[in-house]
Amino acid sequence: MNTAIGRPVDRVDGHAKVTGGARYTAEISLPGLTYAAVVGARIPSGRVESVDASRALSAGGVLAVLTHENLPKIAGQPRLLPSLLGAAAPGQSFFPMQDAAVHYAGQPVALVVAESHEQAQYAASLVDVAYRREPSITAIDEGRDRVYEAQRLFGGLMPGRDERGDVGTALAEAPVRIEAGYRFAANHHNALEPPATTAVWEDGRLTLYDSTMGIRATQLTVAHLLGLPLSHVRVITHFVGGGFGSKAMTWPHVTLAAMAARHVGRPVRLALTRAQTYTSNGHREEQEQRISLGATRDGRLTAIRHHKLSITSHFDDWAEPATGVSSQLYDVEHYEGVHSLIHGNTMTPTFTRGPGETLGVFVLETAMDELAYELGVDPVELRLRNHARTDPRGNPWSSDGLAECLRLGAERFGWHGRDPRPRARRDGDWLIGTGMAAAAYPVAFFMPEQRARARVYEDGSAVVQTGTQEFGTGVLTVATQVAADALGLPLESVRFEAGDTDLPNTSAAVGSAGAGMVSAAVHAAATALRDRLVAMAVTDADSPLHGADPAAVEVADGRMRLRDRPETGETYADLMIRRRLADAEEVGSWTPPPLTTPHGLLTFGAQFAEVAVDPGLGLIRVRRMTGVFAPGRVLNPKLARSQLMGGMVWGLSQALLEGNEMDTRHGRWGASNLGEYLVPVNADIPEITVEFVEVEDDVVPLGIKGVGEIGQVGAAAAVANAVFHATGRRLRRLPLAAELVMDPPASS
Amino acid sequence: MRPLAYARVSTVAEAVEIVAADPAGAFLAGGTTEIDLVRLGVARPDLLVDINDLPLHDIEDLPGGGVRIGALARMSEVARTPVIAGRYPGVAQALLLGASQQLRNMASMGGNLCQRTRCAYFRDGVSPCNKREPGSGCSALDGLNRGHAVLGTSEHCIATHPSDVAVALVAFDAVVHTAGPGGARRIPIDDFYLPPGDTPDRENPLRHGELITAIDLPPAGIAERSVYLKFRDRQSYEFALVSVCAAVRVEDGLVTEARLALGGVGTKPWRSRLAERRLLGAPATAESYAAAAAYELSAAVPRRHNTFKVELAQRAIVRGLTQAARGGMR
Repeated sequence: MNTAIGRPVDRVDGHAKVTGGARYTAEISLPGLTYAAVVGARIPSGRVESVDASRALSAGGVLAVLTHENLPKIAGQPRLLPSLLGAAAPGQSFFPMQDAAVHYAGQPVALVVAESHEQAQYAASLVDVAYRREPSITAIDEGRDRVYEAQRLFGGLMPGRDERGDVGTALAEAPVRIEAGYRFAANHHNALEPPATTAVWEDGRLTLYDSTMGIRATQLTVAHLLGLPLSHVRVITHFVGGGFGSKAMTWPHVTLAAMAARHVGRPVRLALTRAQTYTSNGHREEQEQRISLGATRDGRLTAIRHHKLSITSHFDDWAEPATGVSSQLYDVEHYEGVHSLIHGNTMTPTFTRGPGETLGVFVLETAMDELAYELGVDPVELRLRNHARTDPRGNPWSSDGLAECLRLGAERFGWHGRDPRPRARRDGDWLIGTGMAAAAYPVAFFMPEQRARARVYEDGSAVVQTGTQEFGTGVLTVATQVAADALGLPLESVRFEAGDTDLPNTSAAVGSAGAGMVSAAVHAAATALRDRLVAMAVTDADSPLHGADPAAVEVADGRMRLRDRPETGETYADLMIRRRLADAEEVGSWTPPPLTTPHGLLTFGAQFAEVAVDPGLGLIRVRRMTGVFAPGRVLNPKLARSQLMGGMVWGLSQALLEGNEMDTRHGRWGASNLGEYLVPVNADIPEITVEFVEVEDDVVPLGIKGVGEIGQVGAAAAVANAVFHATGRRLRRLPLAAELVMDPPASS
Repeated sequence: MRPLAYARVSTVAEAVEIVAADPAGAFLAGGTTEIDLVRLGVARPDLLVDINDLPLHDIEDLPGGGVRIGALARMSEVARTPVIAGRYPGVAQALLLGASQQLRNMASMGGNLCQRTRCAYFRDGVSPCNKREPGSGCSALDGLNRGHAVLGTSEHCIATHPSDVAVALVAFDAVVHTAGPGGARRIPIDDFYLPPGDTPDRENPLRHGELITAIDLPPAGIAERSVYLKFRDRQSYEFALVSVCAAVRVEDGLVTEARLALGGVGTKPWRSRLAERRLLGAPATAESYAAAAAYELSAAVPRRHNTFKVELAQRAIVRGLTQAARGGMR
């Protein structure tokens, strides 16, 4: 029985969202609510010499000004770990306002609490902070003499170096070599909803309303920082207005809100301003990557060297891992991936959609395009020729699909018959080009056991719960679909509830893992409950199913029946009323496969783009994009298509628009609002085609590999390769700004 | 946000009187820029006098073929007024390429002329900025200056004026009408915008309490074939890297009249008189246009990140003149 899964059902929360009925964290209203505003450091390095809060304190409505001089000390700093692990997950291993040191611009140096948001914001502008400025490093160019090789990344989770074979010799001996370096501007997430937290204390117990991608991570992190029993911290998150990684970790403002609420003895809402989102929840770090490919004349890769250099904070070795795909996607004997870092005066960078691999794949797939030109081989054919059949350990992929994605994409896009010569197609002032790239993204199994609870009432309606949260992906909808099918109930009879740490534990919804792990836990709980009710029926002398083999029973529309004699059966309601059960409940859990699972774990796809480039003015217009993906089971094609399309839009944006430059003199980002940090508008987005390739996967939960990141991966490379095809110029920076794209002036 | 007082008035005289009497008073029209600047702490009025009820919304024909645009007419209304779209298509197009539909529905024409620069150092409220805090220095000179001006700059300020429609108004010699404590004035629009010089905080000659009441577009047959082209990083809702308002009259293959103004590259909406003079009598060819463009930009002073604008502006001028000579937007 499978009726809801796989159907393009509408979002269960759609009506609430379009009517304004959905309440986001900064809209939670509580009696006696007060408002906090953060004062961020104006310098990137140095000390707070003094804070004069007298003007702020005398402003209307101000209740308190907290600084490093009067904010209580934290109980302990949890170690930085990705929230997917299910442990405490501070975004950085530094907590502000514990002493006078300033490590990055925007670091909180004071916190104002007032009766209204406006009063708090105004009073924050009146806090006079005197600084002693010290030299800073805020960009790669300033720290080239301080580069070090990272031993471990991601809080020690991943090695900084990955190598096999003898890449030096293999490259030296390769008949064909491609080598190139790239520079990438820093990216910010720009979730529509700036982060907000509302903190309420009651009898020493803390309730936090938080805009987070991981309520459990918030609970664990805040409890650790404040030295509270976990049972005394509850986190509630009903709706989140986008995360993209910015809300995957628990940043200091969350705990500051709790500390402020304790200080004033009233509930406190702390909503970051748009400008503060650029210095409060991490970013994709400024980075450089170099890649060398070695290949035979017939287009077989023999060696890849892939190095990344980026800037991190003073307190964490953080880099987006960029070599997880380049080490695995192609069958190459000799490989070397290295991450190097510079300690700088920025906050710790963090996950940003498609973390690491989106730029790693950009570099790999641009180099592959160059290799295709060098060899005179079609770019699609070159990928097909080199796609690895196993991962580097020799393990088969849990599921593959790359070749099918490449072939279907080429067909849908109309790739065949392409004239590969650059600058060969014109349309008025526009040069037309097409490009493609393979896409792959790791499937991560770092999470612990995931749990959910299912309850059926005597009237046959059901509530299914788990502690995940809806941040726009549609998890409420897909979990409802999974629960309905597993229980054998119509979709309308099932209410799925999430967003509360009092519910069974699931990890933060990050790394494209959210839908899979939530669905697996929900499926386990709902199946356990169905099995229990079926077992109850077959052992009940009054049931028409008495004596039946439970395996011969199926459930449809809330009625248990014999599969081969559907007229024999009864409803959940009949059984429960007879047995005087007001409800029945089961908890189910799903445990991920071990990290040593003998399978290669990548999600695959293929991206195609057509661009028009005005070489005189440096303008790029993407005319169409086709993405084909093999993400395993698709629970809801409508939601999956939207998320993949959104990823492709991100890729276009990363190629053409997104970047934040550092003003190294001040140590501050150049852009701090959506007027200065460009993301695409509707007019920039062309027709986008999203297709699926079906693959069966019995390693990943319910066969689901996730659609959160793969849509973005490869999209920027396809666009940039199309720009090369249009113009004959290979551009080594992102974004592809007009000054890079326009033909240089004819020499005079 | 700083606490401030708010008043709503219904006559021009009342508006002028109240603002003139309060040194920290300011007019509030559409508010699409001003409220942002107040929230950012960059504009610091103690009193906002809401002028939206004043009878300054009309767009009317003037004897002799010109048009008078009330200062409170909204950008979107002006753009869709047939007389503007018909006689001054470059003006209508400049309006439609500015901001977003929502902002155009709210923003007034007078406010548009007075909008402040988008220079991030001006708007961040903390960086040294001679425009915001005279004498504090210019952070853009040696900072992130990709979006900044190459024409009309000084050692004190290189901020661009962000308006699109002002570029078109400058091309067609619009006249700004004001009412102030000292009476009414008529200010030719090219004089309305002051080069930064050593007083970049002073962007126009309006005195405190002086209010724009109308903008006149004089009759100009050449404007009927005008174009406005805007080039930017994304395709909508962004300020120009460079924009061009152009109109050309060609007789027997020679340019007999030309209007040219640039946006995105000047510290003020940039009337390109050098290029216009160079074009007079020249053959209507891409070569002439390129020569005129090079002449106009020969005075450019680029900085580290905006060097490309010198070339980009020249190419944009050639595109604009070429399209204008072909018959304009239609």
